[in-house]
Amino acid sequence: MSPEFWKMGGYALYVWGSFGIAAGIYLWNLIAPRLRRRAILETLLDDE
Amino acid sequence: MNWTWFHRLGSPPSFYRFAGRLAPWLGGLGLLLLAYGWYAGLVLAPPDYQQKDAFRIIYVHVPAAAVSLSLYVLMALAGAVALIWRMKLAEAVMVATAPVGASFTALALVTGMLWGKPMWGAYWVWDARLTAELVLLFLYCGVIGLNAAFDDARAGARACALLAIVGLVNVPIVHFSVEWWNSLHQGSTILKFGKPAISADMAWPLYAGLLATYCLCGHAILRRAQNELLLRERNTRWVRELATELGGGARVS
Repeated sequence: MSPEFWKMGGYALYVWGSFGIAAGIYLWNLIAPRLRRRAILETLLDDE
Repeated sequence: MNWTWFHRLGSPPSFYRFAGRLAPWLGGLGLLLLAYGWYAGLVLAPPDYQQKDAFRIIYVHVPAAAVSLSLYVLMALAGAVALIWRMKLAEAVMVATAPVGASFTALALVTGMLWGKPMWGAYWVWDARLTAELVLLFLYCGVIGLNAAFDDARAGARACALLAIVGLVNVPIVHFSVEWWNSLHQGSTILKFGKPAISADMAWPLYAGLLATYCLCGHAILRRAQNELLLRERNTRWVRELATELGGGARVS
């Protein structure tokens, strides 16, 4: 990618900031339920 | 009409298996579409004639805002079903939807601020659209907090359902705010009658991003609903069998 692409016509902070935060939110939505599943299964096994 | 499929799906173990089969497909399709949408939105689409490259924020802002409203409606509907029919699955779906919806409402607000600063000159204005969307975030947080405050999951779900249903009045306010009041926020680009106010090479990445976000939200809600069902049904045989089945291997190793 050219340096021009990363500059986003002078709006780099806003464009990349938006996409960065969005990536974080999407990722959290994929990972958080998985971690919780693991924690729940562990407590269920301990109950027995 | 034959309703047995509906009753079967409504039983927690059946839904658990159904969700387990559907979720990976939604997640995979969502990630593929998102990759295309973001690549096409950032690289292939031309800069806007007025907003230049700053308009590309639309590809994260609009899908987030769209699901923030859709998921609220889903949450309130699930709440209504839970309240009327005392259906455990509906309680699980309602509780599962709240954090997903809240996260995308927050994303819509933050990306809106990052778009507002270069275009309007301010991160935040107390405009009808922005304020109503902020109220939406508070409603989601209210449901999450209320649910966490109850020790008894079923009593908590009834309280959450009431709050979710009352808060439903805010959804049309958010949607129509740009028409009802003099708003700084621009009008709808896609959801209006006639031709969309956007050219095709700018529109396709947006459609892909919208579909991707719905798929990924579906994935997250199914997974979270599965978790809720495990907790709510922890003393039943199917959950015990599942736990030993899944945990047995890890125990031995």
